[in-house]
Amino acid sequence: MPRKTLASFKVEYQQLMNEKGDVDEKVAAIDPEFAKRCYELMTLVRVFDAKAVAMQRQGRIGTYASVLGQEAAQVGSALALQESDYLLPTYREAGALIARDSPMHQLLQYFGGDERGSAYEEGINNFPIAIPISSQIPHATGIGWAMRLKGHKAAALVYFGDGASSRGDFHEAINIAAVMKANAVFFCQNNQYAISLPRERQTLAESIAQKAISYGVEGLQVDGNDVLGVHKAVSDALQKAYTGKGPTLIEAYTFRLGDHTTSDDAKKYRDPKLVEQWQKRDPLARLRVYLRQKMLWDEDYEKSLLERCAKKVEDAVVRYESTPAAPLTDMFDYHYAQLPQNLAEQRREVM
Amino acid sequence: MTVMNILEAVRDGLRQELKADPDVVLFGEDIGRNGGVFRTTDGLFDEFPGRVIDTPLAELGIVASAVGMAAYGMRPVVEIQFSGFVYGAMEQLISHAARLRNRTRGKFTCPMVLRAPYSGGIRALEHHSESMEAFYVHTQGLKVVIPSNPYDAKGLLIAAIRDPDPVIFLEPKRIYRAVKAEVPDGSYVVPLGRASILREGTDITVVSWGSMMKSVLDAATELQGKASIEVLDLRTLSPMDTASIIASVEKTGRLLVVSEEPRTCSVAGEILAQVAERAMLSLQAPPRRVTGFDTIMPLYKMENDYIPSKDKIMKAILDVVSY
Ligand SMILES: Cc1ncc(C[n+]2csc(CCOP(=O)(O)OP(=O)(O)O)c2C)c(N)n1
Repeated sequence: MPRKTLASFKVEYQQLMNEKGDVDEKVAAIDPEFAKRCYELMTLVRVFDAKAVAMQRQGRIGTYASVLGQEAAQVGSALALQESDYLLPTYREAGALIARDSPMHQLLQYFGGDERGSAYEEGINNFPIAIPISSQIPHATGIGWAMRLKGHKAAALVYFGDGASSRGDFHEAINIAAVMKANAVFFCQNNQYAISLPRERQTLAESIAQKAISYGVEGLQVDGNDVLGVHKAVSDALQKAYTGKGPTLIEAYTFRLGDHTTSDDAKKYRDPKLVEQWQKRDPLARLRVYLRQKMLWDEDYEKSLLERCAKKVEDAVVRYESTPAAPLTDMFDYHYAQLPQNLAEQRREVM
Repeated sequence: MTVMNILEAVRDGLRQELKADPDVVLFGEDIGRNGGVFRTTDGLFDEFPGRVIDTPLAELGIVASAVGMAAYGMRPVVEIQFSGFVYGAMEQLISHAARLRNRTRGKFTCPMVLRAPYSGGIRALEHHSESMEAFYVHTQGLKVVIPSNPYDAKGLLIAAIRDPDPVIFLEPKRIYRAVKAEVPDGSYVVPLGRASILREGTDITVVSWGSMMKSVLDAATELQGKASIEVLDLRTLSPMDTASIIASVEKTGRLLVVSEEPRTCSVAGEILAQVAERAMLSLQAPPRRVTGFDTIMPLYKMENDYIPSKDKIMKAILDVVSY
């Protein structure tokens, strides 16, 4: 008997502003002032990022994972969040975290080997940075599910890379979120590499976005270097989540311009020509073109913006470096609500 | 003989077995073209085409594939980038790798090796510095090996690859490059399950392994003339060479165990228990251990306050000797 088609699918790609700075207002109306705000935050992220890499080289912080090239994906997505939403980052999310009010001195503290870097003030709903790949994705399912059970108009936005999509955590997270209609948005930054492994060797699928389909979830690929497009896609997905329509998987198609981390040397496995090609698609460049057309950008503005950003970053560095070391007893004091006897005894050894 | 560090010795061990046995394959994350994040497998990708394989990022999948491959008669050697990332594959290790022989009464076996760097002290990110060897020692059916020097690293690794049972091979990353020694060229085996005496003495037995061994030896050197210290390198934590420990303690009458693990339910604790049960009457002082704390391994600003220092070890040795 002939085979029947049970279902067929399409996988869509969305862009609002292309590499040349042209926008398609049919997709969404654009507020030039918002574009400018994105540009300023992305610039701040880039200045912070360069400083963090330099500080690692000088031994002032430990291993750091650069955001270079992914500023649009991170800032565009994080700016879509409301205050009560939750953000769940990996180690490569300095951009999203800065856009979501994580103080920069605390980011330096975390990468500087100090747990206080994850102790944000009340009201900043950013989870601590997850290092074990993919392990944080199901937490967004849990948070988003709880939000739905409690009837809160809020959602969880979780970040991860293309590599993370190969682990079971990712698949289990989306499947449960789908079945439970959790208020979750799964945000994959496909930056084409997981350390040395190129995306084509990570999965034979044409996109990460299409992985959602097998769980009955909407998957969308967006130009990850298009900050406005990313913002629109994440805002739509959040709206869907707030209104009980379940989770979305968004794949931001982008590129890691730097090394994997400060301990890595990408020249060992990545063709520099590929990097050059992607440099031409720098997410800040297209915004600059657009803002100039709107008379919102010129050389003087750029200069003063860079100065303002450098000052903010410098203040954060000073605050990080002038914070007195935590007492050694901190090593013991946060394991349980109440210090157990064995830890109390060992705590005395460091006093 | 060639002078090598521990990384190079591990690489040479892998090379010998890739050459000797066509059933040996290496797979894991970034071990191919990139040569591994510590460069342990550097060059092997080109030297052994198709046998040093980059996998997708999936620890459970990597370990489970190795179980299947080993059961089918190959000799997979998998790398997990850091021991802190083995946890996603624990079910496979505990419920399958370790049990396959027993469940099938020997019909299926699991001759695989899982290599992973462990221990702290390199200012690494969170989850990159733990010493959780007790998890594996507590898993019946696994063998657990931790070398502390280049000679043992190569010989033990070759023995592990040839071993008919699954072996967890933890590499002491803090001293990967810090310890260098002459290593014989070609293939040789350091048998699993046997401790080695690195230094003979008559006042106290200090048992240690892996990353802590360098500090233990430095401490012993510094205490030269103050105490006659016997240093025993456990090398294989499971199965444990209890006989060698007992023989040494019967000779010295004193015991100190130095390890980087959290204290409670540590391998160090097991050694103390063995000695208490079998050699109590030979002891002239209460046996002691110097370990990490029962805390989560702190981020790097405090890691050197967690890891037993040479001074702490020296003080403990003198305390036990002068009890
Ligand atoms: C469970 C786990 N395995 C391995 C690692 C080591 N590691 C750190 S980052 C990385 C690659 C991650 O790639 P991807 O998910 O694409 O994110 P990206 O770093 O490119 O942002 C690996 C293998 C880890 N941190 N966690």
